[in-house]
Amino acid sequence: MTPASLLAAGLAVGSVAFTLVAVVGLYRLPDLYARAHATSKADTLGALLGLGAAGVALGGEGSVKLVLLAVFLLVTAPTAAHAIVRAAHDQGVEPWTRGDRGDGSRGPNPEPSTDPDANADADADRGFEGGVDG
Amino acid sequence: MWALLLAAAALVALGLGALGRAVRGPTVGDRAVAVNALGTSTVVVIALVAAALDEPGFLDVALVYALLNFLLSIGLAKFAVERGGVL
Repeated sequence: MTPASLLAAGLAVGSVAFTLVAVVGLYRLPDLYARAHATSKADTLGALLGLGAAGVALGGEGSVKLVLLAVFLLVTAPTAAHAIVRAAHDQGVEPWTRGDRGDGSRGPNPEPSTDPDANADADADRGFEGGVDG
Repeated sequence: MWALLLAAAALVALGLGALGRAVRGPTVGDRAVAVNALGTSTVVVIALVAAALDEPGFLDVALVYALLNFLLSIGLAKFAVERGGVL
């Protein structure tokens, strides 16, 4: 193996590793905001490493297009994630907060109580509806 | 080059993982984020296959796919807001 192909293989392994982090985050994190947080960074870095691997392996002829593609992905992937998350925020999707639902499970409280007395101790970790699915 | 093809195969598998999140949802935003991640890994797969098969012409396909992927995400975000979230 030449040094160039070794470098390409290393970059490809890094790309797969970071994309794996992004997909694991997509499954393990509790709501839309956390999932977008995981994918928009880890997936972008994984894509850049993968394009770098392709550029090293391909050599001169395709590298201009690959640099163009890398710059485009670097700009648009976080922008797209931001647009989706801002749309969700405009619709009133509330972020997940860690609270005690009373049955031992963690997650958003089912209903914020409207009674001021009953609400006194639940105020610190008050949760919201939506995005409970793990 | 086998290393690049193996990496492309691994990225296809990870893209299928992202598709699983798109199927499960539960909200439109989750699906949109998952489809965006799937599209990004598809672009990388096309670029890796172009390098492995030594076909620089495939990079044009990857470029157009990246453009369409961005347009899809922006379109989903806009429609979800302007139609009040029925999408």
